[in-house]
Amino acid sequence: MTEDVLSYNREQNIKLPDGSIEKQTTTLNLGPTHPATHGVFQNILEIDGERVVSAEPTVGYIHRAFEKIAERRPFNQITTLTDRLNYCSAPINNMGWIMTCEKLLGVQTPKRVDYLRVIIMELSRITDHVICNSVIGVDSGALSVFLYVMEYRELVYEIYEEVCGSRLTTNIGRIGGFERNFSDTAWQKLEKFLNEFPAALKEFENLLQRNRIFVDRTVGAGPISAERALNYGFTGPNLRASGVDYDVRVHTPYSSYQDFDFNIPIGTTGDVYDRWLVRNQEMWESLKIIRQAYEKVQQFKGADAEVYHAHAPEYYLPPKKDVYTKIEELIWHFKIVMGETEIPVGEVYHSVEGGNGELGFYLISDGGRAPYRLHFRRPCFIYYQAYPELIKGSMLADAVVILSSLNLIAGEMDA
Amino acid sequence: MELTNDHIKNRLVEKFGDHVANFTEPYGMLTFEVPKDMNLKVLQFLYDDPELRFQFLTDLQAVHYPDNTGKELAVVYHLHNLKDNVRIRFKIYTAIEKPDVYTATQLYACANWMERETYDFFGVNFIGHPNLKRILNVEEMDYFPLRKEYPLEEQTRVDKDDEMFGR
Repeated sequence: MTEDVLSYNREQNIKLPDGSIEKQTTTLNLGPTHPATHGVFQNILEIDGERVVSAEPTVGYIHRAFEKIAERRPFNQITTLTDRLNYCSAPINNMGWIMTCEKLLGVQTPKRVDYLRVIIMELSRITDHVICNSVIGVDSGALSVFLYVMEYRELVYEIYEEVCGSRLTTNIGRIGGFERNFSDTAWQKLEKFLNEFPAALKEFENLLQRNRIFVDRTVGAGPISAERALNYGFTGPNLRASGVDYDVRVHTPYSSYQDFDFNIPIGTTGDVYDRWLVRNQEMWESLKIIRQAYEKVQQFKGADAEVYHAHAPEYYLPPKKDVYTKIEELIWHFKIVMGETEIPVGEVYHSVEGGNGELGFYLISDGGRAPYRLHFRRPCFIYYQAYPELIKGSMLADAVVILSSLNLIAGEMDA
Repeated sequence: MELTNDHIKNRLVEKFGDHVANFTEPYGMLTFEVPKDMNLKVLQFLYDDPELRFQFLTDLQAVHYPDNTGKELAVVYHLHNLKDNVRIRFKIYTAIEKPDVYTATQLYACANWMERETYDFFGVNFIGHPNLKRILNVEEMDYFPLRKEYPLEEQTRVDKDDEMFGR
């Protein structure tokens, strides 16, 4: 054996530069585009064999400067930006933003509008959790559950389509209420969903909850204590999985959530399995809320049953036929479209329970047509920082499952 | 005893005297100002005090007021007491020439990326931050895009006349 051959690193078959110390760990790029990241973000992992030594997350690949764009748009045009934050539960973002505006402008919404909003928000919570939970299944090797529940997400998207005309980026709702009332078809589709989904959810649960392979893969993976989770700014199901019963819907009720009877499911260890269980139970609670809201909406009779927006002519577009025939409506229409309505000066923080945590809007208005400053508190941007701590020392395969269990949405993280 | 805004205000004035100022309650949330070199003391006091217990950092961001000479940048903290379910907000102002502010990362792990984001968009220099570099923008960027001197659109455009409408 000659000298030349000996200077080769035998395992890697690479000729190292003279005097270099052989590296004991491997650097691995997880992402930015990788099937297991479910979004565009990168993790530079240092792995020792199969064990993760450290991780360096990089975000910002799809940053679109929403906060800057919002400084030039009238309030009703910002709703479309919020669609693109957490696109798995776009209606919650829309509603959150609209309610922030309503809080600033002092618009009171009728009860029926609140209940309709609750229905839409809880439907989108279900679609969000269904995706996240089934993706945990996919990443631990069970693809069929994911395909199985997609059918029911489709039913929800059809309801959105009836209410607002679009499916994924919904732009649902207006300041004051909805663009139009729920049609009869929308109610029929909701009934169909309420009748069919529980059986599918039960089957989904049966496929994973006590599945030996799934339990072995997820129990004990990526646990976080309640103290650490709070310190890391966890909110939503990820925080509740650690045993803290913080839910914006209960703590600071908005959109009449105080009228509904539901439980906050919590976990104990905050591992992947607990996060899965919490989300799963939340879907059942959401179904419960939707049923209650549906019953409450049915109780409105006569003229009350036709209410789908608040009386706020300064902010809510008048019916088109009145715009063509009445001068007052024409003026309001013009003012709203051109952004010439009176906007109060002030600052307001409003938050809603989004699909993956507390989605907050910090809005500063200087009286102009566009916000002076708008900041989105994006839950997954804040809790994604904990990822290196969560995966340190775990297996590479677990790192992938932990990533999907956090319900990270790249659109929301990068804003 | 219920933790009211008045009570929080009294506790703060008791402890810091005239340093905490400009108490207001926009839309029910207690808001006040703190000198910029005291932000950590106030955060620590709010965290440790057995009555106040503001132990959850909801949000941290900055606002740029170009006309506010000497206090161009405001850093806004939103804190939450989860036990009593009370939220407060406080602001510190800093000059844009020397935007040095103490970091809150020792107290809140989540402040790490929030401060990196604030640095990225406003150039607030958080002293003591473990890894203060750009997070959402490219690292080669040499300006802070959310400052008001960077308009969203090119101002020399003539096809879009905003003289009549809008800002």
